[in-house]
Amino acid sequence: MTPAGLETKSDVKPPLWLLAELTYRCPLQCPYCSNPLEIAKYQNELSTEDWVRVMQQARKMGAAQIGFSGGEPLVRPDLEELVQEARHLGFYTNLITSGVGMDEARVKRLKDAGLDHIQISFQASDEELNNFLGGTKTFQHKKEMARIVKAYEYPMVLNIVIHRKNIDQIRDILEMTVELEADYVELASTQYYGWSRINVDQLLPTREQLARAEIVAKEYQERMKGKSRIIYVIPDYFENRPKPCMNGWGAIFLTIAPDGTALPCHEAGQLPIDFPNVKEVSVEEAWKDSPGFNHFRGFEWMKEPCRSCDEKEKDFGGCRCQAFMMTGDAANTDPVCDKSPNHQELLDDVERIGKLAEQESEHNVAEKPLVFRNMKNSKKFVAEETETN
Amino acid sequence: MNINKADIPEVAPTFRLQWEEVQDCYVVLYPEGMVKLSGSAGEIMKRINGEQAIDSIIKDLETTFSENNLEDDVIKFLEVAYDTGWIRNKK
Repeated sequence: MTPAGLETKSDVKPPLWLLAELTYRCPLQCPYCSNPLEIAKYQNELSTEDWVRVMQQARKMGAAQIGFSGGEPLVRPDLEELVQEARHLGFYTNLITSGVGMDEARVKRLKDAGLDHIQISFQASDEELNNFLGGTKTFQHKKEMARIVKAYEYPMVLNIVIHRKNIDQIRDILEMTVELEADYVELASTQYYGWSRINVDQLLPTREQLARAEIVAKEYQERMKGKSRIIYVIPDYFENRPKPCMNGWGAIFLTIAPDGTALPCHEAGQLPIDFPNVKEVSVEEAWKDSPGFNHFRGFEWMKEPCRSCDEKEKDFGGCRCQAFMMTGDAANTDPVCDKSPNHQELLDDVERIGKLAEQESEHNVAEKPLVFRNMKNSKKFVAEETETN
Repeated sequence: MNINKADIPEVAPTFRLQWEEVQDCYVVLYPEGMVKLSGSAGEIMKRINGEQAIDSIIKDLETTFSENNLEDDVIKFLEVAYDTGWIRNKK
């Protein structure tokens, strides 16, 4: 560990994770999508050649894991080609998909290309809610695809984003993962960025719901020991210490957005910071030398209470995007931390949303409609932004 | 778990063992994760190929490193490797 302020460029360790967001096009419209609200702006996607170059450069630096993500990566017809190149380079290749756009022939082609792992997302354990949240009829197809993935001997990770609408189904969700023989289950509590942030009033679970869900999750973790690894983390809004976001800024994770913007995490595009584009610079230059990637490296940038905090090397002050969204300054302490002067505002907000949830369930008060993630809604956000600027 | 030295272990199909030049060590790769192996763990893992039985792996290590009594250390590591699912017995 380097003492604060002494970090120099030569100390920058290579990225281990390359998240390749191939496209923001997606057949689903999940209202908790972590993609930016401005997905409609991303018209120019990197070409196959661009991605091959990026993968070669990142692998040479030492990246060992690649995640093909999106949007829906299956939308890209060159996916198999990219997987093949990635595997050839020695990456462990992960496909992060909704399963829509997949069929058995494609699963086989991906296997032949050397794909190591497929992660399929489900929106819920019952057809009606799954299809409502995804904005499409996909439930039966997803189950079918999960069975095929298993039949082709991929390690199977099922990912279910958890929020107020489906958290009470957690037992049924876990039963479904048992039935589908998942090797890993990620009960991914919604993180409130992008689309989920604007839908937070309708999505944040209540404390009571979380307490109930935790008991069920623990029960299944015990029961499935040795067969299936179940990961369940509660939303950080209910914690007193922030998460060590991305294991530190520019420490391990490198995200490449569909247009080639290189980011320290897939949410960082919202920050008022200039980030490099791999169409113009090499991955190594972007990672090591760009002001964007060096912005929050080390500890020099920190303000109080982080600067003098003895836990700063553990959590790096939390999430820069969360600090920016809630306080207007990305260098502030993540308000999840109870040492943050903004922590009370977060508590008040959680309480306000809890009351809304109570009114909905007990007094049948109609809630605000969810804003679904699609190009039409995105265009509205883009237009509003242009007007205010 | 009881380890039988006649067992022939192999790396489970859901994991991958690989030499990483930049890390200068063997790593075990799995969905969205990577474990870096110590020098000795790497030497054991790279001999797990679905062909050699455990007793022959131990002998091989003892010869290569001119050491006696590596058995306990190897078995201890194998227990962890079986337990985490990195390896399984070839059927």
